[in-house]
Amino acid sequence: MIFTLAAKELRALFSSPLAWVVLAFLQVTMAWILVTRLDAYLTVQTQLMQMDTPPGVTEIIVAPIFGAAAVILIMAVPLLSMRLIAEERRNQTMTFLISAPLSMTQIVLGKFVGLYSFLMLSVVLILVMASSMYLGGRLDLGLLGTLSLGLALLIAAFAAVGVFFSSLTAQPVVAATATLATLLGLWLLNMSQASPDSPFLMLALIRRYESFTKGLMDTGDIIFLLVFTAVFLILAIRRLDSDRLGG
Amino acid sequence: MNAPDQNQTVRATDLTRQFGERVAVDKVSFELHRGEVLGFLGPNGAGKTTTMQMLTGNLAPSAGQVEICGIDMLDRPTDAKARIGYLPETPPLYRDLTVNEFLQLAGRLHRVPKKELATAVESAKQRCGIGDVGQRLIGALSKGYQQRVGIAQAIIHNPDVVILDEPTVGLDPNQIRDIRALIRELGGAHSVILSTHILPEVEQVCNRVQIIHKGKLVFADSLGGVKAFRGRSLMLGLRNAPPIEAIAAVPGVAQVELARGGMFRVQPAPDTDPTDALVQAAWDGKWNLFQLAPAVSSIEDVFVQLTHREEHA
Repeated sequence: MIFTLAAKELRALFSSPLAWVVLAFLQVTMAWILVTRLDAYLTVQTQLMQMDTPPGVTEIIVAPIFGAAAVILIMAVPLLSMRLIAEERRNQTMTFLISAPLSMTQIVLGKFVGLYSFLMLSVVLILVMASSMYLGGRLDLGLLGTLSLGLALLIAAFAAVGVFFSSLTAQPVVAATATLATLLGLWLLNMSQASPDSPFLMLALIRRYESFTKGLMDTGDIIFLLVFTAVFLILAIRRLDSDRLGG
Repeated sequence: MNAPDQNQTVRATDLTRQFGERVAVDKVSFELHRGEVLGFLGPNGAGKTTTMQMLTGNLAPSAGQVEICGIDMLDRPTDAKARIGYLPETPPLYRDLTVNEFLQLAGRLHRVPKKELATAVESAKQRCGIGDVGQRLIGALSKGYQQRVGIAQAIIHNPDVVILDEPTVGLDPNQIRDIRALIRELGGAHSVILSTHILPEVEQVCNRVQIIHKGKLVFADSLGGVKAFRGRSLMLGLRNAPPIEAIAAVPGVAQVELARGGMFRVQPAPDTDPTDALVQAAWDGKWNLFQLAPAVSSIEDVFVQLTHREEHA
């Protein structure tokens, strides 16, 4: 059931030009970063050779791509997630889903899985692009693995926030704005001058992601991102339930 | 749970729904059996749609219980919903899907097995007369076709209970006839709840009628019961009619009103039969009596009487 719904969401995404525009934009930006980083790498290559443990191609070229992808997705996710529930409300098609033998959990998870599979497609595209480095060298597969895992978890957190805000309103634009504001806010937390162990920084999503870009797999970060995702999904489910109860 | 009646498809018990202070539906109870087509009537804002939303699990009742084929809507909502087909007031259609895609989605979400999906889509299209638009986008269809796609999604999984909220709105007269025939046909094996403002429609397709007014169920009977409603009132035809007060003054008459065609509708006082007194009064007053018969009510009479009266009270 969840996958039937997810397939429907994917189809809806691909039948709208928005999804293609976002994918294309993401890809062009990633390619641009790849080229500039490659250029920079080639100019400093001789100096790197003299170091005892020189950073590899993956660290210098691929990791920044993943870092940039996270920032771009902060802007892309709200655009893709805004319609999920808000538009069903506005077009009064929510009744169709609620009247069907689906639980609210299945509806929310279906929507989430649909959006998430789409976003994971962009991760796959980045990986394909990164593997072009094999043309002239070798990649650090371990680092590539943590980068992908980190981005996958981060995207799940972003998507969950998007689904939640979409469940709050019948106006997709409001949902997009709220999602963007929240994601940007969580990102900006990272830039504050608070002391490193301030509880505020706990919530800085990018900081959680940073360890992955260094090749670290911190269970704390993994659990944090998973819990973050689950909390927003549960809030969305509760919200849909309260639609039925309240009024 | 007591042994459920095999033929009972819907049971609503003391269904109540409040929106803040306002009571939209107040202790509505009814039952529905297989093969029955229930006409659900009421003025705008009477609570029809709210009741239907509660029956279909779109809205949780403030109090009361809904059972679909013996399955409690609150305890096992998904199992109960699987037995319902619902067409809300605004047909829930995805405008950027084709009719076939949409019906396939509806079938799969309603647990139609994969092997039977194609057949189910075909037969739903056939029954609703949309066989020739399967490849078209729903957003590009006319209102009438969209309405019929809405009905098709409600019957695709062959549900025990079909709930239709004003299904013939926006259809042309031929389509209305087709849809009414379809509803009658559905009534054979399923239960149908039909909400509508078109009273002749109820007379044509329903075998039971229910009227809701200000959240309360004010009338529930079979179509035969409608005719006998106010069965004790009399239609009085006079060629030389006196002022209405004179008729009201006849012993045993509680109320007189002018009805269609210059006739008078006479409501007897409880436990009295004013027939003899009326004949006598007509003779004495030279009112030239030409007709005195028990009144036969139409749904319209019942509807107007039950929902109009209280507004003036």
